[in-house]
Amino acid sequence: MMEVCGSSNVTLREFGSEQSLLSRPDGSASFIQGDTSVLAAAYGPAEVKVSKEIYDRATLEVLIQPKVGLPSVRERAQEQCVRETCEASLLLSLHPRSSLTLILQLIHDDGSLLSCFLNAACVALMDAGLPMSRLFCGVTCAIDADGQIITDPTAAQEKESRALMTFAIDATERRVMMSSTRGSFSVHELQQCIAVSQKASEKIFQFYRDSVRRRYSKTL
Amino acid sequence: LFFPSLYTSRVAEPLEYHRSFLKDNCRPDGRELSEFRTTTLNIGSITTADGSALVKVGNTTVICGIKAELTNPIVEAPGKGYIVPNVDLPPLCSSRFRPGPPAEQAQAASQFIADLCWVLYCDMMCLDYDGNVLDACIIALLAALKNTHLPEVTISTETSKPEVNLEKRHGLHIHRHPVGASFCVFDDSILIVDPTAEEESLSTAQLTVVTDDEDRLCVVHKPGGTSLSGEKLQECISRATARQREIQKLIDKVIHSVKTAQ
Repeated sequence: MMEVCGSSNVTLREFGSEQSLLSRPDGSASFIQGDTSVLAAAYGPAEVKVSKEIYDRATLEVLIQPKVGLPSVRERAQEQCVRETCEASLLLSLHPRSSLTLILQLIHDDGSLLSCFLNAACVALMDAGLPMSRLFCGVTCAIDADGQIITDPTAAQEKESRALMTFAIDATERRVMMSSTRGSFSVHELQQCIAVSQKASEKIFQFYRDSVRRRYSKTL
Repeated sequence: LFFPSLYTSRVAEPLEYHRSFLKDNCRPDGRELSEFRTTTLNIGSITTADGSALVKVGNTTVICGIKAELTNPIVEAPGKGYIVPNVDLPPLCSSRFRPGPPAEQAQAASQFIADLCWVLYCDMMCLDYDGNVLDACIIALLAALKNTHLPEVTISTETSKPEVNLEKRHGLHIHRHPVGASFCVFDDSILIVDPTAEEESLSTAQLTVVTDDEDRLCVVHKPGGTSLSGEKLQECISRATARQREIQKLIDKVIHSVKTAQ
């Protein structure tokens, strides 16, 4: 259910999400893509340390916890990608001198990890009720040895691929907010992958809309 | 006559100061929007290292030293050697870095570079931080690798242990020459090339594109920030390929001049 031939048919693994599953954080969500599963918790706006405060905006901190052990250099790079994407979509100037904390816990990694982190982060921020100028989603594409583009690859497919790209697409204009790539590829392949990711993001945004509608229709 | 209201202060209102220049399609240091700063390269300056290079892109200075060691290969790739990159942003280079464990930016930069055998420990230290550290690190690493000479290793038949002959040295075969070009986006629309530290802190998004000799892209790294349209991305890629040729010529010229001087 994961391969795509040409760019007419884009398929993603079965994905699902659950919101407000933790009682302590202001917002929490779990996001599952196939076998990859991530849990996100958002706290904020809360008190910030004087050394970290910014006078006109909120300070966003993202912490990624791996399944085993302490966070390493690899997690730091992923944290930077997630943090800068969230900073661009949150309305930070509404909460100056406050802190927003986002904690992402890896439950199981079966490929497309960074995009799963991004999706879980967006849903958790929505659940916490933090004001955002736009929603975003993450899509991973892999180019295998034959030049085929695979969306939402599994860990085995990622290993065999010659290039792996993760994009964060925004909901309002469907443009690329974040890009993180590994391996070498041509300009044409990059543009094809971006087009494929934009198509795939439609499904994820429809899913966000449906899950929020389902959640709030009971209370209204 | 002096009209104070026409002059915006660089210190009090940095964003307005930069905007007033961008309106006229230029930047405070006199560069055009798509102009890189002067790049200078010096190789072989560290004699105790197997390979070294010092790069200056404007004021940003990065020095790279390479030490080679024999070790066991990693489990996933038993037939190959590997490289261990490390980027250091010490307090010496800028007041924004404090002493202690490596800052997140240094760790993210180390991750960005990285992606019986030889292991090459590559240490890149920034001596002066004025923006665009990633590009300078890539150039320094590439030049240092080209400058690296590994000693010959033979397995002696009596003891069946590797013997290192420090006198005879072979250069490394570098198949591809990746070169990076960094950009930053101002106010969601204006794209500038090779940002200084001040421009980096005021930008709304940053992008680094690494291309190699065959016009293939190695990395398109955009850690979040405002979104970018397809045309702007294409512009960045073309500028990056042009930059790759300039830097490759520079590195080849320097390596050649060192060889003829010896």
